[in-house]
Amino acid sequence: MQFKKLLIGSAILASTSLMATSAFALTVGFSQIGSESGWRAAETAVTLKEAKERGITLKFADAQQKQENQIKALRSFIAQGVDAILVAPVVATGWDSVLKEVQEAKIPLILLDRTIDAPDSLYLTAVTADFIHEGNIAGDWLVNAVGNKECKVVELQGTTGSAPAIERKKGFEQSIAKGANIKIIRSQTADFTRTKGKEVMESFLKAENGGKDICALYAHNDDMAVGAIQSIKEAGLKPGTDILVISIDAVPDIFTALEAGEANATVELTPNMAGPAFDALEAFLKDGTLPPKWIQSPSRLYTQADDAKAIYNQKKGLGY
Amino acid sequence: MMQSRYLPLIATALIFVIAYALCYLQYPNILSTRVVGNLFTDNAFLGIAAVGMTFVIISGGIDLSIGSVIAFTGVFIAAMLANTSLHPLLVFGLALTISASFGAMMGGIIHYLQMPPFVVTLAGMFLARGMALVISTESIPVKHEFYTFIQESFYRLPGGGRITTIGALMLIVFIVGILLAHRTKFGANVFALGGGIQTSKLMGVPLASTTIGIYAISGFLAGLAGITFSLYTSAGYSLAAVGVELDAIAAVVIGGALLTGGSGFIAGTLIGVLIMGLIQTYIIFDGTLSSWWTKIVIGILLFVFIIMQKGFLLAASAPKK
Repeated sequence: MQFKKLLIGSAILASTSLMATSAFALTVGFSQIGSESGWRAAETAVTLKEAKERGITLKFADAQQKQENQIKALRSFIAQGVDAILVAPVVATGWDSVLKEVQEAKIPLILLDRTIDAPDSLYLTAVTADFIHEGNIAGDWLVNAVGNKECKVVELQGTTGSAPAIERKKGFEQSIAKGANIKIIRSQTADFTRTKGKEVMESFLKAENGGKDICALYAHNDDMAVGAIQSIKEAGLKPGTDILVISIDAVPDIFTALEAGEANATVELTPNMAGPAFDALEAFLKDGTLPPKWIQSPSRLYTQADDAKAIYNQKKGLGY
Repeated sequence: MMQSRYLPLIATALIFVIAYALCYLQYPNILSTRVVGNLFTDNAFLGIAAVGMTFVIISGGIDLSIGSVIAFTGVFIAAMLANTSLHPLLVFGLALTISASFGAMMGGIIHYLQMPPFVVTLAGMFLARGMALVISTESIPVKHEFYTFIQESFYRLPGGGRITTIGALMLIVFIVGILLAHRTKFGANVFALGGGIQTSKLMGVPLASTTIGIYAISGFLAGLAGITFSLYTSAGYSLAAVGVELDAIAAVVIGGALLTGGSGFIAGTLIGVLIMGLIQTYIIFDGTLSSWWTKIVIGILLFVFIIMQKGFLLAASAPKK
């Protein structure tokens, strides 16, 4: 009896202290994959910034590309008693048991920028971009830009078989299928890299009458577009005028090209996945509002009409 | 003399206790059953593999194939479970047979062809990793009720901590390892082999069976670590556990073993593994340090231990003059 009272008492104490901490200083654990790409470094930088602005104490753990490190980090977060956990999962499989542990500890968990193979009851929500939608935006821009003119497009694909490559291609094709005037005449992978983008574009130019037949280039990421711009210039053509350049990601370097008039449009894969995640989390902790299981991060279009220089300066410091 | 033999082990244990106390002063939550349970569960695969590595290092050898064998075992199990209807326990048996034979084969090459263990196990490392990649380059999920059963069977400690099946398995492996190393003829032979091949020949140590046995144990335990890892992540991934052999070597050296062979403690290796786990836990608790600090601290610890061992050796040889 005495013991029971003590238990209830301590439970009340624990819950009130929990509420007190969640109302004032939220502690959130963030298990990041690593820093393998500029975009990921930017994601980390933005997450730290978002947390700071909201007065959230962020416990950051870099998993160095290893799932075992991420699982360890999640367990340590539980032991530490954080109020919530953000995870950018390195692989899709193998999360069930640790997520169950998180759930038992009643800690809300949000997935960032990638999804996993596990029942969605194990996490609060996932914040990811919609690659098909990104392709749609890029395609729509081109449809508007060319109007009724004939337009032959060459496409630089991302790594064969990767989700962004498949879905960005699909989205773009959906949009240009609305009219019969835009056709993709050549499409090849350039592995998301700048050097491959340049090489593959060179071969496209040679194959298509020195590039005179090409009206636009669609690249699945900015890096390939930057490489391709180089080879268009070397072929004696003006990128951005003779050949329109559309790409995705919105990394700082493409803004330099936009400013110089060498690129025409880019769709942003925002590094700010944490912002929507924190919004959902704060609403959930405040009055239990359950967010949808998928929160789509905004995909914004940037063109030459934007202040490219200002955006470049703003993005430069994020670690891209 | 007995005293000085145990000095490295005592030093390791002291460092662990002091480090834990320092962490506790800063983050009281670190002294909870949860963290202790996590230390065992999260480092189970490393600990099990490190027991095998301790035998190898005491014998004066090295085994670089451990991480690859862990990955291979994981992928092999996942692929078997996905494509056949065999029970996981049977698949585990198969995996352990393969990994132990693989180790024995490397031991045989080392002994009969008189090749340096470094080169032979390096070849083994590439071979095992390559075979894992041939089976699958993608991560294969394991969805079997037996896995869920194992993952959900744990002993709940007061305070929310858990002694999981794999954590307990690691402790059992350590206990068996301690008995095997310090209480059996085979164990004595391993120490003798590490003291020098010529002398152990004179002492009548069966060189062939001991060498093959050591690498078979290391292979077997790497296979067992692979099973543990597969239970830990419910998946098989060919790029998993890269560099685990180096973490295992570090744990063995921090645990007081001499890299030149002839001296070492299985129990010390356990403390070595726990120290490494503690550093990682501290870094996650802090939440602002780069996780690469784990490597830096372990590097510094290794230097300290190598220098300390040199000091002990000098001190031990001085009074003899």
